[in-house]
Amino acid sequence: MDLNYSPEEQAFKLEVREFLRTNYPKDIKEKVAKGVALKKSDYVTWQKILYKKGWVAPSWPEQYGGTGWSPVQKYIFEEECAAANCLRLVSFGLVMIGPVLLEFGTEEQKQKYLPDILKSDVWWAQGYSEPNAGSDLASLQTRAENKGDHYLLNGTKTWTTHGHYADMIFVLARTSQEDRKQKGISFLLVDMKDPGVSVEPIITVDGMHVVNQVFFDEIKVPIENIVGKEGEGWTIAKYLLQHERTNIAQVPRSKKQIERLKALAEKEQCNGKPLLEDTNFRRKIAEVEVELMALEMTNLRVLSKLSAGEPPGSASSLLKVKGTEVQQAITALLMEAVAYYGFPYDKNVMLDGWQEDPIGPEEAIFLAPHYFDWRKTSIYGGSNEIQKNIMAKAVLGL
Amino acid sequence: MNLEFSEEMNMLQDMLNKFLHNEYSFEQRQTLSRQGIGYSEDNWQQFAEMGLLGVPFDEQYGGFGFGQAGLIVVMEAIGKGLIVEPYLASIVLAGQLVQQAGSEAQKRTLLEPLIGGGLKLAFAYVERQSRYNLADVVCKAVKRGNQFCIRGSKSVVFNAETADKIIVCVRTSGESISQAGISLFIVDKGSKGLSTRDYETVDGLRASEVHFDGVMVDESSLIGELDNAYDAIQTVIDSASAAICAEGVGVITQLRDKTVEYLKTRKQFGQPLSRFQVLQHRCVDMFMHEEQMRSLAYLAAIKVTSDDASESAKSVSSAKVYLADARTIVAEQAAQLHGGIGVTDELDVAHYVKRLTMLNTLFGDRDFHLQRLCSL
Repeated sequence: MDLNYSPEEQAFKLEVREFLRTNYPKDIKEKVAKGVALKKSDYVTWQKILYKKGWVAPSWPEQYGGTGWSPVQKYIFEEECAAANCLRLVSFGLVMIGPVLLEFGTEEQKQKYLPDILKSDVWWAQGYSEPNAGSDLASLQTRAENKGDHYLLNGTKTWTTHGHYADMIFVLARTSQEDRKQKGISFLLVDMKDPGVSVEPIITVDGMHVVNQVFFDEIKVPIENIVGKEGEGWTIAKYLLQHERTNIAQVPRSKKQIERLKALAEKEQCNGKPLLEDTNFRRKIAEVEVELMALEMTNLRVLSKLSAGEPPGSASSLLKVKGTEVQQAITALLMEAVAYYGFPYDKNVMLDGWQEDPIGPEEAIFLAPHYFDWRKTSIYGGSNEIQKNIMAKAVLGL
Repeated sequence: MNLEFSEEMNMLQDMLNKFLHNEYSFEQRQTLSRQGIGYSEDNWQQFAEMGLLGVPFDEQYGGFGFGQAGLIVVMEAIGKGLIVEPYLASIVLAGQLVQQAGSEAQKRTLLEPLIGGGLKLAFAYVERQSRYNLADVVCKAVKRGNQFCIRGSKSVVFNAETADKIIVCVRTSGESISQAGISLFIVDKGSKGLSTRDYETVDGLRASEVHFDGVMVDESSLIGELDNAYDAIQTVIDSASAAICAEGVGVITQLRDKTVEYLKTRKQFGQPLSRFQVLQHRCVDMFMHEEQMRSLAYLAAIKVTSDDASESAKSVSSAKVYLADARTIVAEQAAQLHGGIGVTDELDVAHYVKRLTMLNTLFGDRDFHLQRLCSL
């Protein structure tokens, strides 16, 4: 066992750090550091810079634009990005549909879609959840009838992140009724510009518009827009849940947030001294740090196994539950740190930052909305209850 | 011993429930919260007509003399309906401060219009550095002839925007963070040198930063004794803390009720979510917390007026610690069990969650009150 990075890994770390220092736009960095809402153009700008460098898709095979990095290198890259307050690239193209096409797509599909995903020229959205199919995703009702040269698509999808920005959406739809609900689901690629697509915004608890409900009305999806075979959709969806999820714990991000929390508590006053010197507050930070330390080591052990070629198994479920618990605990402490300054709320500031003097500590206005918004992390991507069911069944054999 | 409400309290409760049912839907609340002054002046006048504004005040000043017991009933309804009218700011805090510390003349001139709905007050007690320490007062008043000159800033003053007068606690002598040397002044909102920066709060209310840039007030504006206001402030903040514990009971009741209903109707995996034992237990945890919270809120209401200061402090801080725990046991779980819909702006649940969470911050968080309990 050796926790130290090898000289090559150490050199790589420095290379990444230097690249981020000189190439990551300052204005975006500032927005991320404060928590100001990002615009589509921010995502595109940063992705194009990474694309030019060839670092945009660490998990893809090299021949399709990947980096050829080891799992440890990928982790180092994530670590440095979080430390530099980099925005997280939108995952629907790079981490979701990209790998799906690489595994299940035809050569034509790969040639047609992958280059635009890398360049961020085409934005993808995910069409999984429905109003009546949340944790029980396989009960989905959106229907696609095979009409020979096309599928006729009808139904609705919800919680569609960036659906209002997206050019394309990958959709799980029912193509036949079978004895098991997991059968008869297919994976389709749908053009969001089709006149039969409509997008309704959903405003979340923080007052922001990020997610949407998407409606499909009599859409003719070309027959070649199916990924894999008809009825193979569930297999593909499960593939996505088990792969490319080593960063699901968000350890580097949480480390950065702890740093931010400490800096904030250093500035806030409690009985005439910095809040960071308050034993009670210190203890609460320490408790989260203990959990985070364990989580980081668990994450590294998973990476080490992956490097050795072993499958990740159900590790992603553990990483998701513990990872979101740590993230949520930090959002609560950030909010607690500013006491009464958790109260002021101004949506315009959250969208564009302060144009005038802040009310109280500059970043305070983002903290309560962030705490409320971050409740979503234990709900989305398979709720934490579902993740525990998976571990009970798959790991413990219960 | 009798822990039941009196006939009068039951009538007050019925009246409030009727009002919530007929005139305060969640949609109406949202509309009020998001426009203009953030609440309805008509509702405020109706509260006056219903007698709500006089609930905690002595009969000799035109009140009902229901005291803290009456506040429990009103505040629980405020929690249930997420009421946005400035009852806490104007009546529970500022009004009670006048009753607690004001002179006979001040009580007569201020309480009657306050109870009648013609006068609104706010109380400025938080500062940028003060956190929850009521003695950490830097904002200053200096004597100039027979006047005082107030200089400094106050933070997160609830409903200062629509208050006619603001009661402000200031340092008139002594070191910062000393309980001695704190005084209260009542200041006209339109005074020269007084400015506010008004904003919405994350839980749908209104507050302001209030700046005093050499505001001159007469000696007659002093409420209570010079340099000796700390005890009165602590007494009123404790009363208000006990009151928001009752508000919390109202919020918790709604969240538990709505969550249980949702689990019964939402079907996944071919059955209602309510069939899953792991979810049932979370609802039971909410229910148990609700009952314990109600007990502590009632206990605090009984004991907060006790002559034994440590008994009073103990009951209030205990209730406040429990209210803080409702954030994880009730608010976070209500959101989680509703799934995605629980974190949308459209559903009332998220707004109850926000209020319950911010009640932890108001008048001191869990750490603050545990620390206070340890020091008693």
